[in-house]
Formats: sequence, C-alpha cells, structure tokens
Amino acid sequence: MTLDKLKIGQQAKIISVGGEESLRCHLLDMGLIPKTSVSVRRIAPMGDPIEISLRGYELTLRLEDAKKIEVSVY
Amino acid sequence: MVIIMVFALLGNQNCGKTTLFNQLTGSNQHVGNFPGVTVDSKSGEIRNLKGCTVVDLPGIYSIRPYSNEEIVTRDFLINGKPDAIINIADATNIERNLYLTLQLLELGLPMVLALNMMDEVRNNGGTINVNELSALLGIPVLPISAAKNEGIDELIEVLYSTAKNKVKPTKIDFCSGAVHRCIHAVSHLIEDHAEAAGISARFAAVKAIEGDKAIVEKLNINENEKEMLEHSVKEMESEVGLDRNAALADMRYTFIEDICRKTVVKCSESKEHLRSMKIDNILTHKYFGIPLFIVIMLAVFWLTFGVIGSGLSDLLMMGIDKLTAAVDSGLSNYGINPVVHSLIIDGVFAGVGSVLSFLPLIVVLFFFLSMLEDSGYMARVAFVMDKLLRKIGLSGRSFVPMLIGFGCSVPAIMATRTLSSERDRKMTIVLTPFMSCSAKIPIYAVFSAAFFPKYAALVMGGLYFTGMAVGVLCALILNKTKFKGNPVPFVMELPNYRMPSLKSVILLMWEKARDFIERAFTVIFIASIVIWFLRTFDTRFNVVADSSMSLLASIGRLISPVLAPLGLGDWRISTALITGISAKEAVVSTLSVLLQTNTSGLSQVLPSLFTPLSAVTFLVFSLLYTPCIAAIAALRSEFKSSLKAFSVAVFQCFIAWVCAFAVHLIGSVII
Repeated sequence: MTLDKLKIGQQAKIISVGGEESLRCHLLDMGLIPKTSVSVRRIAPMGDPIEISLRGYELTLRLEDAKKIEVSVY
Repeated sequence: MVIIMVFALLGNQNCGKTTLFNQLTGSNQHVGNFPGVTVDSKSGEIRNLKGCTVVDLPGIYSIRPYSNEEIVTRDFLINGKPDAIINIADATNIERNLYLTLQLLELGLPMVLALNMMDEVRNNGGTINVNELSALLGIPVLPISAAKNEGIDELIEVLYSTAKNKVKPTKIDFCSGAVHRCIHAVSHLIEDHAEAAGISARFAAVKAIEGDKAIVEKLNINENEKEMLEHSVKEMESEVGLDRNAALADMRYTFIEDICRKTVVKCSESKEHLRSMKIDNILTHKYFGIPLFIVIMLAVFWLTFGVIGSGLSDLLMMGIDKLTAAVDSGLSNYGINPVVHSLIIDGVFAGVGSVLSFLPLIVVLFFFLSMLEDSGYMARVAFVMDKLLRKIGLSGRSFVPMLIGFGCSVPAIMATRTLSSERDRKMTIVLTPFMSCSAKIPIYAVFSAAFFPKYAALVMGGLYFTGMAVGVLCALILNKTKFKGNPVPFVMELPNYRMPSLKSVILLMWEKARDFIERAFTVIFIASIVIWFLRTFDTRFNVVADSSMSLLASIGRLISPVLAPLGLGDWRISTALITGISAKEAVVSTLSVLLQTNTSGLSQVLPSLFTPLSAVTFLVFSLLYTPCIAAIAALRSEFKSSLKAFSVAVFQCFIAWVCAFAVHLIGSVII
C-alpha cells in the first residue's frame, strides 16, 4: 500500500520512494529511505496534507506526494 | 577591516542556526543578497575575534542542486573558500541533522560540529558521548546551547584553532560494500580533474554520481571518462538493488544509525516533544485549528493596526509634525526662497514623513510575525491552510503574507522572504496588493458616506471580497501563463514549539526597520520630490497659484481619456488617482483640494463629480490599481529589478481598468 492510505497511529515500513527527481531526492534526504519506519500522526483540518513521524521528528507532506511512497504495515 | 578568516555557518532548518549566528556576532551583522537570487546572505564579525567573519548560509537538509538555497550554499562552499565550516546540528534530532554533516565532511575543509540544544537532551535524561562522536566523525564536536549562550566561547576557541592550523577532517569514508567501491572508483577516475577545479575529489565524486550537472561540467571530464563513470554507477545500482540517489542516502543513514547506536542514549519521549504534541492537538485540531488561526491573526492585526502600532505611529507622526513645524519656522525666519521652502516642507518632509509614520506598524507587525515564526507556529499555519492555497497554485506558507496585505502591502511583501520557493514567493508578491490595504479605508469611507450611507458596511465588505476574488482569478491565470510549471512539493518539517529568543526577534525587527528606513530615504525621497515638482510647477516651470494649473493636473488631463470609458473622464479624478501613487490616503486629500473643500465636507461635494455608478467604478479602480510608492519600492527590492516592479504596477492598473470597465458596463445595463 502507499503512505497516504495509512491510518493515524499505524506503524509501517517504507518499501520504496518514487516521484519526480527533485521531490524524490528531497524525501530521501529527509530520511525517507527504504526500511525506515514511519507512522501518520495527524491529518490537517481540511483533510490534506498529513503529518508523519519518522526518525524521531515530524514531517508534513501532501497526500499526492505520500501516494508515491510505498509502505508495508508491520 | 582586514578579513583574516571566513567561516561558513551551516545547518538544517529549525536547528537554532540563526540564534547561534546572533550569539557569535552580536549586532555586528551585514545583510545582503547572494548574487542573482533573493536568498539572504548575512555575515558578521565574530565577537572577540577581530577580522574573522562568519557567513550565515541558508538552512538546508542536503547539498543538492534543486533549490536556490542549496545551490547558493554549494557555490559558496566551493568558490568562497571558507577557512572552516561551523556545522550546527540539533542534538534532539541528531540522526537527520548528521545527514548534512556527512556531506559537508566530504568537502575536506576544516570543520567543527556544534551540537545545539544539548541542555534539552540532558534535561530529558538523554546523553550523547561527545568525545566518541568526535572520534567517529573525525572532527571536533562541541556541545552548546545557542539559546542559553552556553558553550559558545569554547566553540569559538576550537573553531579558531581548527581553522588556523588547517585541521582537516581525519576521515571521509562512511561507506561500505558496493557504494564504497563505486565512490572510490569514481574518485580515482576524476581525481586530477577535481584537483584542477579545486574541489575535493571525494565530494566531486559523490556529486558526479548524483548527477550534479554544474559539478560535472566543472570537472571537465571527457566522453570516455563519462562512460566509465556511468558504468561503475550502474554496476553499483544493480549490486545494491537501489538507484544511485537512494543508495547514497541509504549509505549515509546506515552510517549515522551505526554511530548513533554507539554514542547516543535517547530519552524515551522528551518533555518538549510531549508539550508540542499537546499544543498541536489544539492548534491543528480538526475543528478548532482554523478558527484558532483566525483568532490569532485577528489579535495580531488588532494589536498592530489598532493598539500598539497605530498608537506609536500617531506618536511618531506628532514628532514629525513638530520637527516639520520647527524647520518650517526656521526656514521662514531665515527668509529662504519660497520655492525651496515648499520643496523642503511640502515635498520632502510631507512625503518622507507620511511614509515614515508607517515604521512603527512595520516594527510591531514583524515583532509578532517573528514570534509566530520562531515559536514554530508558522509551520502549522502552512500545514492547516495548505489545501486552500493549493487550489490557486500556492502552498500554505503564502497565506500569512497575503493576510498581512490587508494591513499594509509593504510588510506583506517583505514577509514573503520566509517562503522557500522562488516561484511561490514571486506569485505571492504579485497577488498581495490585491488584498485591500488599510490606507484605502478613507477612500471607501468618504464614498460610502456620500453615496451609500446606509450600506457602508456592505460596500466595504464587497470591496474586500472583490479584491480577494480578483486576486484568486489572477492567481489562476498566472498559474497557466507566467508562473507555469509544477508548484514546489510541500515537504516541510514541523519542529517542536519553542520559546522564541528575544535577541533574534529584536534583531529581525531592527533589520526590517533599517530596510524600510533606507527605502524611505532613497526611493521614496526621490518620488516625493518628483510629485512635489509636478504639483508645484506648470508646463512653463512657473510656480502655480492654483493646483488646477499644475503639471500634475496636466498629466491628469492627459490620462483622463483613458479613464473616460469607465465614466471617470474628469481630470480631477485622474489627478487624484495619480497622487494616490504616493500614498493611498492622498486620493481623498487631493479630491478635497481640487473640489475646493476640506476632507470633512468632501462627502457633500462628491455627488457633483460622481454618479452612484461612477462612484462604485471609482472604488473598484482604487481598490485594484497600482500599489503606493512604498509598496512599489518594496516590490523592487524583493524582485531585485525596477523593471519587474514597474511591470507589476502596470499589470495592476490594467486589471483595475478591466474590472472597473466591467462594473461600468454591467451597471449601465442594469440602470
């Protein structure tokens, strides 16, 4: 499944990161690399973007970008 | 000043870099711009170290050639030849922060790592073995707390000796396996080229693998070598099972995870983080998040434009009036030529003075804005409002500058500095003037009183709404034309909420105030003189007795045919609009002068010049046409181009004309 489908509080492991080159590199640099565990913390009031937690910090990204990140639920 | 040494200060966003910079330099700072881009370049002399300058580079997460900030940083590190790098890392979030550290090490420059917020780590029961970390990274590591000014002296001391003795990092190898072999093969391949280009071979090799075009070009490698490079990267990719970018990121994070296991004892959950989570449960709440944001912004507005800022403005205005009166009588007693007298009093003092009275508003507004920014709340605003703004092709970050536009376009345009994407920044700047600023309220008030006394609130509200609607429409059009291309992805860290540092807030206020004062005495000074000249002389350069004979009136007559299709063909209307360029309040005062009445009597006289329909048309035109000279000057300094600022002004006039014409046409049909 993809990261945008993850429910709040669910832990998952990143399988792969896709997307256009600059977005993808930025995600990789922020530590979203295969085998990293992530969880969704909350969803913005209007339903998008989402806040995720990884490597001990919080990051926000849009659903359309989260869609490009393949994860598997633990 | 003789510059002995230059240090580069680097770190992630939200790691306390600006606070450290302020601690290192005190108020001894110079704010400039990196050539060609609107990225702030701050530098300052380090306290107690004469001739040693530290350059505050943008907050970045990686050295990639994608954003302007990253490119500026890369170029400075390669071409600026700093004597040493100060890398600041947030100790509470060490894993991600060390990612940049590893890339910086590859440059092979003398370097010191400052572990910030160590007090927070300790208070939460965590530890970092600094000595071991230092040994593993091969550079000096110093625990500091920038906010509490702890460890700064030691940092300066170690930094100085590291730079003076040119102590390079003792190791640059963090890799293993196939990635290791690939980097070494490429390093070896390009070694001579890198040396010729003056770049560290290791850094150049990694950048070549990542495909950084500018570096590859600099290396000047031939086709054969390019092929070998590509071959060894491909081999590595197939062996690791990841593409080049993922493989390099993986290699770095694996190394970091390893050294963190050896040196860091994490606390279970820090107090600051728990507190942040609690605050976020309220401030980004599904139902309360947006209303709370509106309440916070209204409070900022009310305090700035209603209480503190306007009070200080009135006080400053009084001071300026007193000074003007003193100079006035002084000049009169001296018996100076009346034209020179008029130039100084009616031109310079009146023009610069009226703009200067905005200064308190700007300072107070930036006080609140920097509090919101430094506390971490602005990132939440972006999070909460992003979806709305995305509909017009912007990101959540643009919301606040546009909102400030309702107060005054000048600080709104200045506030776009915090936007990370150049495209978003430019587009936000262009759209901000459509948000009706507070200086236009007198125009609306006078016209409502004259034509729609019962519906004043409705007219006011309608105008604000029209401004926003036109802004949205323009955004949609600009998206398809001038600012085509994909909006920058919105991937942003949400840092823990923190107490803003008073020193940083005050320094930012001072910086913005200085910026504004500088403009008041340059661009606005000249503009004031030009407008005074036009108002005072006629076409034969005689001093006019009656304002209807002035050059300004002649220009008004010249322009009036353009406004005639809108039903605003009278020269007095166009003249009033022209003076509105100096400040929007001037529209009302000019109209009262030209209609030979005072401001309070204006409402009674206006119906002689306007019909209710042309009044509405006029209001719509005033709402949308060119921003005032202070805003244009701010536009100019943000765009770094007079031409672009001028084009924006023309663009606004064009939009205003079209909208006013539509109002006129529809109105004529209905009535």
